[in-house]
Order: sequence, then structure tokens, then C-alpha cells
Amino acid sequence: MTGARALPWAAACAVALMVLGPLVVVMLTAEGSGALSARDWAAVRFTMTQAVLSALFSVALAVPVARALARRRFAGRRVLIMLLGAPFVLPVIVAVLGLLAVFGNAGLLNGLLAFLGLPQVSVYGLHGVVLAHVFFNLPLAVRLILQGWAEVPAERFRLAASLGMGPGPVFRHLEWPMLRAILPGALVIVFLICLTSFAVALTLGGGPRATTVELAIYQAFRFEFDLARAARLAVVQTGLTVAGAALALAVARPSGLGPGLDRAVRRWDGDRPAARLADGVWIAAAALFLLTPMAMIAAGGAAGLLALEGPVFSAAARSLGVALAAVVLAFLMAVPLAFGAVRYRALEGVGFLPVAASSLVLGAGLFLIVFPIADPGRVALPVTAAVNALMALPFVLRILLPALQGVEADYRRLATSLGMEGTAWLRLVVLPRLRAPVGFAAGLTAALAMGDLGVIALFADPGGATLPLQVFRLMGAYQMEAAQGAAFLLLILSLGLFWAFDRGGRGHA
Amino acid sequence: MLEFERCSLEQGSFRLEADMKIAAPGRVAVIGPSGGGKSTLLASVGGFLAPVAGRVIWDGRDLGPVPPGERPVTTLFQDQNLFPHLTVFQNVGLGLAPDLRLTNAARGAVEAALGRVGLQGYGARRPSELSGGQVSRVALARALVRARPVICMDEPFSALGPALKDEMLDLVAELLGEALVLMVSHDPEDALRFAPHCVVVAEGRAEGPFGTGALLSDPPESLKAYFGRRGWGTGAS
Repeated sequence: MTGARALPWAAACAVALMVLGPLVVVMLTAEGSGALSARDWAAVRFTMTQAVLSALFSVALAVPVARALARRRFAGRRVLIMLLGAPFVLPVIVAVLGLLAVFGNAGLLNGLLAFLGLPQVSVYGLHGVVLAHVFFNLPLAVRLILQGWAEVPAERFRLAASLGMGPGPVFRHLEWPMLRAILPGALVIVFLICLTSFAVALTLGGGPRATTVELAIYQAFRFEFDLARAARLAVVQTGLTVAGAALALAVARPSGLGPGLDRAVRRWDGDRPAARLADGVWIAAAALFLLTPMAMIAAGGAAGLLALEGPVFSAAARSLGVALAAVVLAFLMAVPLAFGAVRYRALEGVGFLPVAASSLVLGAGLFLIVFPIADPGRVALPVTAAVNALMALPFVLRILLPALQGVEADYRRLATSLGMEGTAWLRLVVLPRLRAPVGFAAGLTAALAMGDLGVIALFADPGGATLPLQVFRLMGAYQMEAAQGAAFLLLILSLGLFWAFDRGGRGHA
Repeated sequence: MLEFERCSLEQGSFRLEADMKIAAPGRVAVIGPSGGGKSTLLASVGGFLAPVAGRVIWDGRDLGPVPPGERPVTTLFQDQNLFPHLTVFQNVGLGLAPDLRLTNAARGAVEAALGRVGLQGYGARRPSELSGGQVSRVALARALVRARPVICMDEPFSALGPALKDEMLDLVAELLGEALVLMVSHDPEDALRFAPHCVVVAEGRAEGPFGTGALLSDPPESLKAYFGRRGWGTGAS
């Protein structure tokens, strides 16, 4: 019994050690390495600029889309809202390839422009990075705002209709107060996500004018092998992330994972033809923007799938191993923490420590630890699994902890009155009640780890790539067809893992 | 005999005093204004709230050190009496074995109890497939197999319609005649129908038992405001 009681604290220590250890090493290495260079400052400026722009565009575009989804009922609405959750488990490199197929040099858009005799556009640079970030975060912002709309009681819209309020007054009295409460949180969340952007900047940015701090860390390691500069940048990145996380904590945070999103509220103010038309256009435009790149990957990748070669398959096997190991590691940390946090709130805070450290910063710290004693390439896969488990930990806790608290609140008293304790309580109540959230959390972790293109790029040697890294290398070698085929395989494996875990959790009942 | 020996119960800043003896078996309604402490009193019997002073005693035995599951008590809560992911059979079976490792004799007892509450053949269903009245019957079947001498009911039928509620109260009276049944109710009609005796919980004190009919026709000061001007116990009973 005392052993079981010590487990949460042991897990908390392990998490703290794994997050704070690399941070301390990074800080010690950076000490006395000099002030930030002009290039470092440029990276900081670019990181801030793209994060602010990405947040503004994502949220501004999400408002009309969420409003349209909130007040329209149409065939495929549920599917569309479900697809809005997909970018969360979509590997970044796959999305980037899809975006390139639409907006790239040889993409649909430039084909259309050429047909019309207009000048070509390039997707590389600041606008490309922002475009990709909007692609990823527009759906998240829509979900957050949609939740706000779903939480406005239906009776209020009925009252507004009975008082004869048109769209203007309805906006002023019902919608604006809700938006004012929701939007700051949505902006900060997207900003925070984009602050740690690496893979998007790696593929669509680069060069002195479009390098994020995360990308600069990678370049300092891979191209310059300037460990002091890498450490200095890692300290800067940690400062940015911690400040962003503090900002997110200060602003009320919506979750985006809550229920009730598939409820369309009956509205009377949106019945006018102009409103119907506008809503239709917004929904169609958003669906087109989000679905076309995916369709392009599916179309191009299905053909490329047949032409895949050996290295892609061994990379896929490595990625599967990393994903499953990350799931096991994440749960080894999250389960004791969640059980402990039901009683001691402080343990929950420990589980959110990884938010303060980005993937590349942890990777940098671990590299500095490993480098003097071993070849980093040999530990690439375990490190990738561990860092991904840490990065997924806050999500896993956000899913498991409320579910566990709900089981405690709903059934502990009944179980106690029947004398159900210890293993009977775990086996007959906790496990069955937690199956669905456990499956969902495991699926999320597996998909995130499967598609991760971050810390692996720091560590992997040429023979040990994971599937996302292999896709990136094929892109770099301009083997676009092979890249698309491998990306399609990655897409299938990521979504398949997520689906299998999530489905397993829901059972057949 | 259930005895509250100079009991003080505290929940937050709320305090309830009880010093009384209730004879068993029998049916006793626990009445009083909402927020008066009716559920608090029952929680002390079920083992969910330890008295800060005094003792709760059953047949001469201090219940203080006895954990809830081992008390001579079955509690029927206001809601959440069943586990939704377990079948009806399993939910009743928990009354005999909290780890659900049931002997053949126990399985027979579960079937028999389901039969007595009128739910033969419902064993394989889950609570979500049952009506509100049937859910109550499953909880009742579990109380039957547990066969504990004290039953605490915290308005377990409050979500049912009047006719169904009366039916359930009659069923409880019929099936659990050997036990001491304490039933929290905010409806004096229920008390009159179900319980010959009642305990009054108001103004920080639990007192009784009183004869239900006599009390309702001539309520004490503490209950007058709660009952209003309506004359209870004048016709029915």
C-alpha cells in the first residue's frame, strides 16, 4: 500500500527530472557564451511575428466559420466538425506536402495562375509559414469558438427572436459578450502553439528572413555544430515558451475538447437570404481550404504507395515502434500522476511542466547530455519516444484526470457502501469507466509521436530515420512522388493508430 | 435498535445534534425542511460521515470503527445507485460479492431477488435499457440480497411519478418488512403512506420517533412553517 502511495510522487520526480534536467544543462552550456547575435535576434523577431500573424488570421477566420456552423444544419455537418479535429493527429510533414500540392511551385494555384496568364506565387517564407499554421490552427480555433456558441443557451436566442432582434442586436447582446470571453483564450493558445513551430519552419521557412528560434537551434546543431549557440537559443526559446504559457494561464482557457459541438441551435436571426448565403460561402471556403490538400495527398500518394522502397518501410517500422513506446511511457507517467492528482492538486501542475519546454529545447538538452558519452544517433529512437511521451503528457492528463475525478464523484460513495475497495474498485469501476478516455488519449499520443518531426531531426544519423524524417529527406532530394507516397503511408499509419486506440477504448457496446 | 447517543454531526459550518433510539424492525420517515440535515443524519448511519462527538450504535455495537461496506446498513442513494457499465445481474451481484466472484448459490440468490422485484429475465440488460421504475427495482433487489437489517433511503424514488413512487413504496414495505427502513422524504404524503413513525430533523436537531399521523395533524412549531397551512393527516392514512 505504501508502495502504491509513493508511485505518484515517483512519477512526478521522473517528469520533473526529464524536463528540468535538460533545461539546466542547456542553461549551464549557454552561460558565458556571449550575447545574442543579430541572427539570433532575427530568429526571435520572426518567431514572434509569425506567431502573432498566425494567431490573428486563424482566429479572425474562425469566427465567421464557427458562426456559420453554429447556426446551420446540413448534410455532412457532423462529418465536417469531426474532420475539424483531424489536424490535431495529422503529421505536420503530410500537411505541408498537401499544401505544397495546392500552393507550391507546381501546385494547383500556380497552375491556375499560369492558365490565366498571371504571375506565379511562391509559398516559401513568412506567408507560407503563416498559411500552414492557419491550416493547422483554424480548425482548433473553430472548435473553441463553436464551443462558446454552443454554450449560449438556446432559450436566449428564442427570447431574442420573440423581442424581434435582428442580426445586429443579436450580435451585440448575445454573440459579442461570448466572443469577448472566448477570443483571448483562443488567440493565446494558437500563439503558444506557433511559438514552438519547427517542422513548418523547416519545410516552408528557412534562410535568414524566415527562421524560427526552434529552427535556429536545429541549424546550430546540424550545420554549424555550435553547441554554445544552440544552448543560448534554447534558453531564449524557453523564455518565450514560459512567457507564452504564463499568458495562456492568465487568460481564461477554453478546452476545445468539451461535448455539445454537434448541437446546432435553432436560430431565427440567420434566416435571411443574405445570412444563409454568407454562411454557405464561409463553410464551403473553409472545407475547400482544409480538405483540398488532404485530397491531393490521397490522390498523389495512392499511386506513389506502390513505388515505395525499402528504406521507407524500415523507417515506418521505426516510427511504429517509437509511437507505441511513447504511448507506454506517457501512460507510465500519466496514470500515477492522475491517481495522485485526485488527492493532491500539485501533482497535476507537475504534469503540465512539459508545456514550458519545447521539443527542440528538450532535444538540445538531451543531446548535450548524451554527446560526451555516446553517439547521439544510437539513442535517437528512445529519445524521440521519451520526448514525445513528455510532450503528450499534458494532453493525456487533461483527458484522464477529469474522467477519473468524475468516476470518483459519481461512484465512489456507492462503491464504498457496497464494500468495493482496492482491486475490485479498479477492475469493476475505474477501468471500465475510463476505457474510452484511455483509448482516446493513447490514440492521440500514438498519432503525435508517429508524425513527430522535431527532436528526431537533431539525433538521427542517415540510417536511422523515422518515417516523417524520411519524407522530409525525400522532399529535400526533390523526389516528390516518392515523398508523397511515403507521406500517404504516414497519414494512413497515424490516423490508423489513432483510430485503432480510440475504437478499442469505445469497445463494441 | 438503532441508537444515536448524544451525536454531533458537522458538515462545513452546519451542525446537527441527535440523541434518540429507534426500534427495529420498522419503517421510519425522516422529515423536515430542505437543508435541515436529513441526508446528514442518514450519512452518519451509512458510514459516510463520522460524528464529531457521541456514537451511532446498532444493537449495542458502536458503528464508529466499522467501514461503510461492512455496516449492517444498505443505503439507497438519491441517484447513481447502479453502475451503468455493469449488467443488471452484476449490479445486484455486487451486493453479495464486491469483487463479483459469485458462487453458484449467490447466482441463484441474485436470480431469486430479481424475480421478487418483478425483473425476471432482465439480468443481461444494462441500466440504460431500463425505465426509471425498473432502475429502482434493481437497487431494491440488491438491498434484498444484501439482507442488512438497516436500510437508509435518501429519497431514492424522487425522480419517479406519483403512481410509480407509491408502487415502489408499497414494494419496499412488502419486501423489506424484516428491516429497519429509514426514508428521507420531503413529501408528508409519502410519510403518511409509508411510515407509521417519523423523525423530525429541523433547526439543528433530530428528534423522534413520533407517530406520523399524530405529528402531521398537530405539528410542532419548528415544522409549521415547513408544512404551511395545509392540514395533513386529517383525512388520509
